[in-house]
Amino acid sequence: MKLIESDLKPQFAPMFDVEHIRADFPILKLQVNDRPLVYLDNAASSQMPQPVIDRLVRYQATQHANINRGVHYLSETATAEYEDSRRKLQYFINAREDREVIFTSGTTDAINLVMHGYGRKFIGGGDEIILTTLEHHSNIVPWQMLAEEKGAKIRVVPINDAGELLVDEYEKLFNERTKFVGVLHVSNALGTVNPIKSMIEFAHKRGVPVLIDGAQAVPHMKVDVQDLDCDFYAFSGHKLCGPTGIGILYGKAELLERMQPFKGGGDMILSVTFEKTTYNTIPHKFEAGTPPIAAAIGLGAAVDYLLGIGMDAIAAHELDLLNYATEQIRHLPGVRIIGTAPVKTAVLSFEVKGVHPHDIGTLLNQEGVAVRTGHHCVQPVMLRLKVPATTRASFAFYNTMAEVDTFITGLRTVQKVFT
Amino acid sequence: MNTKSLYQEVILDHNKKPRNYGTLDKASHQAVGHNPLCGDHLNIALNLDRDLIDSIAFHGESCAICKASASMMTTVVKGKTRSDAETLIQEFRDMAMGKLDLDSPHHLGRLTVFAGVRDLPTRVKCAILPWHTLHAALNSVTTTSTEAADDPMHATIGDA
Repeated sequence: MKLIESDLKPQFAPMFDVEHIRADFPILKLQVNDRPLVYLDNAASSQMPQPVIDRLVRYQATQHANINRGVHYLSETATAEYEDSRRKLQYFINAREDREVIFTSGTTDAINLVMHGYGRKFIGGGDEIILTTLEHHSNIVPWQMLAEEKGAKIRVVPINDAGELLVDEYEKLFNERTKFVGVLHVSNALGTVNPIKSMIEFAHKRGVPVLIDGAQAVPHMKVDVQDLDCDFYAFSGHKLCGPTGIGILYGKAELLERMQPFKGGGDMILSVTFEKTTYNTIPHKFEAGTPPIAAAIGLGAAVDYLLGIGMDAIAAHELDLLNYATEQIRHLPGVRIIGTAPVKTAVLSFEVKGVHPHDIGTLLNQEGVAVRTGHHCVQPVMLRLKVPATTRASFAFYNTMAEVDTFITGLRTVQKVFT
Repeated sequence: MNTKSLYQEVILDHNKKPRNYGTLDKASHQAVGHNPLCGDHLNIALNLDRDLIDSIAFHGESCAICKASASMMTTVVKGKTRSDAETLIQEFRDMAMGKLDLDSPHHLGRLTVFAGVRDLPTRVKCAILPWHTLHAALNSVTTTSTEAADDPMHATIGDA
């Protein structure tokens, strides 16, 4: 298997001190089953550093009130901090304007917003939506619901045995009925990084808008939505060292303006009478009701924290972890890596001959090692690669080579128990 | 009881060499149990001679806990009456969910080796699946699941 070369390593490695970073994460000091926690379930949810925890506490202790309505000090402060966080997120993904950044409850909510706001207005009977085999259930089910409601059709881009999208097949799926494309940037189950930039360019030549599910990409690499030229980009806060219950939908302003609202309620209106309601401008049109203000501000602190380390340094360290773990696991007999694309994030999905993933997960937990087992919310991927379930170790920038060693030793123990 | 003692010799042995593994030529009752959370499934076939389970077999795809539970279950219920089997099903489910006082009288015998799953909430259904499927088979329900309306952790024993 060919792994991506790290040309960033020489420049950034000396500045990157993983022990210094780990000291920021109180949860990493935890003991699980009398062993130091080795947290390798970062693709499911990442941990929160002290500066983000402190920011949540400071907001709640000194700045909280409802936003957008009060004329008093606290309401003005909370509103300013909330909008400041929006601008941090705008900067983080390099959006053109802050009104293109909508706070949602997470990636799933963001995708559902696009389905209701764009899909239900602009996709009709007989129209086609292109998705890929790699999609998380959250970028499949909303579109199936739409297809059922409208009589639209879903076309699926196949993958090869390594877990890479077949781009030629993607291009062949386009026809005059193609109205929308949904692609995930990075596969949560396999780590495959998809060639989204060229896929977006191809769709745009045919006038088709593209939604990118970036939940597994933004925590691990620099993402520039203007450079990608995607129409929508969705991601979650809790995979980004931020709180749960908050996420982002980026959308091009001209598209967001043409879309219908998703949820109705307060804040998303300019005026309401029983005869007629006038909707607010973007982004407020899509933020009905009181949002999770603390979580939104916490997410701003989380991207500040990540940018302080540097996304390139994070990517370089995670690539080192992936290369080391891949090399180590390949030395174990009877272990097969699932997902061997040449360009991957630090996700290692695998099966161990003769041992069910749930037994692996339970026994690794006994060693303090947290991994994910199961179908990872991508049943079509499992079906295609003919594996009922896998064990997945997913790394973050705060993981260490020593933790990889503990994980590999744990796997040896599992194999010993089952011989 | 911790996880290490859950994966003890007797369970590992039944996983490696499952007893009564396969199909029956003649079965009066059968059922398939699914655990959609992990994709595991288990087929159980049995033959009732009047009220007595005179033969039973199982096969399927599952983790070690589920397979060993199924294997030990078949050895224990073979030759028992239907109502004895139902008593064991109830007691096993209660034990796995931590609702059974193991110090008071029960009929589980060496099945208490599975008591440790009560400390592993995500694995309780692995241990219960064979028993839940046996209950379905005895009540002439041909498919069952560990989730939704069939969820044995919410349903009471009287529900099929």
